[in-house]
Formats: sequence, C-alpha cells, structure tokens
Amino acid sequence: MGLVESGKMPAPLTKLLNIGRKYSLWVYQWGLACCAIEMGAAFGSPRYDVMRLGVIPFPASPRQADLVVVSGTVTDKMVPSILRLYEQMPDPKYVISMGSCANCGGPYWDSYSVTKGIDQIIPVDVYVPGCPPRPEALLEGIVLLQERIANEDMTARWKGDPIVVG
Amino acid sequence: MSVTEREQRAFIAAAAADARVNVELETEGMTLNIGPQHPATHGTLRIIARLDGEQVVAAEPVMGYMHRGYEKLAEVRTYPQVTTLINRIDWLGSFANEVPFILAAEQLMEVEVPPRAAWIRTILFELSRLANIALFLGDMGVQLGALTPVFFAFRDREFVLNQIEAVTGGRFHPNFDRIGGLKDDLPKGWIEETRGVMVKMRTFCDELEDLLMGNEIFEARTRGVGVIPADIALSYGLSGANLRASGVDWDMRRDNPCGLVYDQLDWKVWTHPDGDSFARYWVRLQETREATYMVEQMLDGLPAGPVMAKVPVIIKVPAGEAYVATENPLGVMGYYVVSKGDLGPFRVKIRSASFNNISVTPWVMRGVYVPDVITILASLYFILGDIDR
Repeated sequence: MGLVESGKMPAPLTKLLNIGRKYSLWVYQWGLACCAIEMGAAFGSPRYDVMRLGVIPFPASPRQADLVVVSGTVTDKMVPSILRLYEQMPDPKYVISMGSCANCGGPYWDSYSVTKGIDQIIPVDVYVPGCPPRPEALLEGIVLLQERIANEDMTARWKGDPIVVG
Repeated sequence: MSVTEREQRAFIAAAAADARVNVELETEGMTLNIGPQHPATHGTLRIIARLDGEQVVAAEPVMGYMHRGYEKLAEVRTYPQVTTLINRIDWLGSFANEVPFILAAEQLMEVEVPPRAAWIRTILFELSRLANIALFLGDMGVQLGALTPVFFAFRDREFVLNQIEAVTGGRFHPNFDRIGGLKDDLPKGWIEETRGVMVKMRTFCDELEDLLMGNEIFEARTRGVGVIPADIALSYGLSGANLRASGVDWDMRRDNPCGLVYDQLDWKVWTHPDGDSFARYWVRLQETREATYMVEQMLDGLPAGPVMAKVPVIIKVPAGEAYVATENPLGVMGYYVVSKGDLGPFRVKIRSASFNNISVTPWVMRGVYVPDVITILASLYFILGDIDR
C-alpha cells in the first residue's frame, strides 16, 4: 500500500477503499461498567443487531481491530491497560467514547479514583452521551463514524472535530 | 518369525497406553494473568493464576479496577442524590440497590410507607431480579461455549427492561425510590402488560432448561466443578443463590423482609445440596421462575391508595444509625447509614454481595483446571461494580 502512504491516491480509489473500510469495522469492546451491558445489548442482542451495519464485534485481539468502544467508568488504575491495548491496534484506528463516565467522568465528577474523560489519554472520534446511552445511541454513533470514514481522505486523517451524538 | 500387522498394531497401542498411564509428563510452573479486561470476568476483574501444567496451584483475584469511591462520594451528597449514585453499584438490577438505603433512611426518619408503595417497590425489586438473573442464565452458556442462550437472554430481558422503563423512565438506572414512597404510580395498562411479560419469562426459563440442562457438554463442564461445601460458604460470607446452592436455606426475603411484602406472598426458597457450578445455575433458574410467580401474585393483590407518605420537601434525617439488608439479585446487600441530622449522610458503609462471593475464589480454584476457572467465575456470578463499588 505504498500508494496510500505516499498521499497521492486518486479519488475513485480512495472512495473504493473507504467503502471497504466503512463496512468492515472490527470493534474491540472495552466494556467497563454499566455501559458495557448496553453495548452488549447493541452488539449481541437480536433487537439491535449491530452486524447489519457491517460491524463485526468479536475480534480476538486488539491487533485485529479498527475501532474500540470504551464504555463505562475509566478509573486511574485501568488507564495504563487501555493505553497499552490502544497502542496495539493497527492504524487507521478509531475510538468511540460511550457514556458520561468515559466522556467526562459523569456522576463521579468529584471522585478520587475516576479518570475524568478518556480523551485525556487517547484521541476520541465519537462521543456518545448518556448514563448509560441507549443501544440506539451507540448505533447512531457508529453510523456517524461510518459517514466520516466514507468521506475521509487518508492523508488528512486527523483533521476535523470529534462527533457528538444527539 | 515375522510379526503380523495385527500384532504390530497391538504392540503400538499397548505402548501408547503405557505412556499415557505410567509416564508422568513433566510440567512447568507458569503464571497466567486473566483480565483485567476479559469477557469472562464480567467487567474488570483480574485473576492471577499460578499454574502447574494445566492445573491451578493458586489463584488470586485483583480488585479495584472499578473502584469509584462510593462511600466517600455519599458523604458529600444529600439523601435524594445518593440514590442516583447507588443505582450504579449493581448495574444489572439497579432498582434493588436503592431499596435498602431508602429503607434505612426511612427507619431513621420513622416514616411509614403507604401499602401500595411497599407493594410496587417489591414488584420492581423482583423485576430487577429478573433483569439481572436473565443475563446470567444466558451468559453462563456463552462462557461454556454455547452461544445461543445469550441471544435468548438479551431478547427476553428487553421485555422486562421495557416494563421497568414504562414505570420509572429509565431502562437501567431508575432512581425511582424516594424516602416515604415512590415517585409515581404505575402507568395505565401496565399490570396487564406485565402479566404477559411474566409468561414470556417463564417460556424463556423453559427454553434455557431445554437448551442447557440436558446438554451433556454443559453438565460435564459444570457438575462437580467448583464445589463449595456449606460450612466453607458460610465462613466466607457467601450469600444469595451461591449460598443456597450449597444447601443452606437462608433467604433474607423470607427471614427478614423489613418493609417489603414478601411475607404476604406464597413462595418457596430453592436450595440445592451439591454446591457445584451446576447447582448454582439450577438455583438461579428456579429463582427466576419463582420470581415471575411472585410478581403475578403481587399484581393480583396490589392495594389501592397513595404511593407517597407525607415527608418534608427538604429531607433532613435525624441523628442516629441504621443498618438494613435485603436479598438483592446477587446476594445480601446492606447499608449502614450514620446520620448526624444533616441533609446528607455522615457515613455510609455498603455491604455488597459480590465482594464476599468473590472472596471464596482462592479457596475454590485450588487444583482446578484452567477451563474450570471460567466456569467457576461465571457460576459465582458477580458484578464488578458490586465488588469494587
């Protein structure tokens, strides 16, 4: 893929590549707290069924994943593990921060052991607010992320502000 | 004399059998780290297991990855604000977390709850039990390699969550219990809908019984695995279905209903004498079915009247101490509330079931094989928020 790295990809080829990436998002689930159950409902339940969006929620390892959903309360003790596994993911990689705790600390805004926002540690692409967000909200976050991937120029990967659902 | 092919084969087979029986393969010690992020640990429990070959020599749970400092946070919140927090301790059966705290505060304030509020409280308590244990029933299948049950669990759990949402407005964290009663009455038509849901939940229990109970693989992987005798279970402070699966007939709902209406219902406490993983699954399955019957009885006997007693708008709890424990989905959960007459509690000590339930793992995991570690963890059934708080 020297063509991608050179930054001189012709537009039709970029579009084709983006369609492929958009519909084969492998999601690594970082389920931490309450939101993990809603994430499980979105990913594993017949009512919400994320696979119809072209998302595969069961990679065996972060090394096979394109997207990580950090769902739930991030504590200071947990941060090193999150960073380590995020660094193991191959580029291009995306992060969805699910729930108020991962966004900003949520109801534990004054707690001594909770990290107030996962964006202090890793760059976040989509914020899904809610405590916990409904599975539909997570699905909307994924759809918005797919839209962004579809229009993405590989060379300008990190331009633009993060998406906030709702 | 030439050796026939048949003799040759017999010799090889005998030698191979000898090698299997007589030669002890040399095994090396190894430390296996499970977690802190692993689907089998229901969150962020970390288990450090020292192995000899495939056998666990010692296993040690490492907690604190989900510690959010509830007891400290409760000191700087007012009484109505605390329920928002403690919803999130056991996030699968949220309403059940609020009840003991509110009961303790009511005990201090000496508020009499109207009967209708007590009945609706108990209904929602049992609904959160259904929502909680339904996921366990499916999840245990996944841990053992059966993928189907969890889809059934998520499918039928949604119906229960819908009913909770219809009353409280929240799928997960209702924050509905108030000192002196409940925020609102039941919506119109809710009782009939709930009856339908209870029938669906019983069908769900039957389906899981068909899928797993007679399943040879399931039985082989759970029967006799992780046996906890009654005396060990009691000395480690186990509670809930884990204790009843060890043959101890102890249920706070029957023995000390304290404000809830379990003493007016006709129901049975299920126990199992074996104490293994299968018994724990079996007891929870029976309890789920029993809970549907209890909800139906409560829907029949629901008294009329107000759902809120007369309490001041700004709640100040008089000085004193109270401890109330109830039988939550995971086991006994208790709140020790110390009040100094302020808007918020002076100190709240939370006794959550999973912390004690998980404390038995070093004992029960000695000498088991690595796949059984997952079985035992799944069958003990803990919620990380309930351990670390």
